[in-house]
Amino acid sequence: MVKSGAESEFVYVTFIRTTPEKLWQALTEPEFTRKFWVGTVQESEWKAGAPWKMLAPDGRVADAGEVVEIDPPRKLVLKWQNHLFPEMTAEGFSRMTYELEAKGGTVKLTVTHAMDRTDSKLVKAVSNGWPQILASLKSLLETGESLEGTDRWPAGL
Amino acid sequence: MIAMGADVDKVFKALAAPERRVLLDRLHADNGQTLGQLCERMSITRQAVTKHLKMLEEATLVVTIWQGREKLHYLNPMPIHEIAERWIGKYERGRLRVLAELKEKLEGDGNG
Repeated sequence: MVKSGAESEFVYVTFIRTTPEKLWQALTEPEFTRKFWVGTVQESEWKAGAPWKMLAPDGRVADAGEVVEIDPPRKLVLKWQNHLFPEMTAEGFSRMTYELEAKGGTVKLTVTHAMDRTDSKLVKAVSNGWPQILASLKSLLETGESLEGTDRWPAGL
Repeated sequence: MIAMGADVDKVFKALAAPERRVLLDRLHADNGQTLGQLCERMSITRQAVTKHLKMLEEATLVVTIWQGREKLHYLNPMPIHEIAERWIGKYERGRLRVLAELKEKLEGDGNG
């Protein structure tokens, strides 16, 4: 078992007033992800073992990997490798997990992003992005509007 | 404005004790620690740490994940992020970051 501190890992929990089905759609379907996930879309057949990729608005592959486990609308596990920055690509695959759990009128969304190496540059980079993306996702589902700055690809990236 | 996910009162209450903020600082420095690790170098008892962690968990500022037989504690930044989103104007964010970086530089504390 990996001892704590031996790997890089982040966990995010947010509660969103929606249904697991709508949240699942928002996390995977282009018309939603474009609005809150800096203009990106994800491509996959969404079944275990299928390739997965995230495309920037100009068509470049930002991240890519594979669906490890999928149980809509409850759980998704992805192997995730960055393709935009060579130093992050060199780190290989990280592991990203969504868990959705209905609680009253809300859904508890848990996002875990981990890599089996200390001080992962990828995990550090995504840890700066996740809170903003998740807050924007929450806003989109609850109010119909995503948050300023998350609806388009960052200039110069 | 986005609605608050976790119970806001619980978040503020949980943040209103120096011991609990120290626990959050320690998870910020090294995420994913066991109760035993978090008790090291704390001047309060294990029971007190457990109690503080429970309040942090109820506010979802700390979330736990079982890894084998170990219960690991993680800092969840979402409630604090949502509080910031509520009161910080969308155009202020960039300026605030510049000011925070300036303050950090001038005060020479890398932990910001």
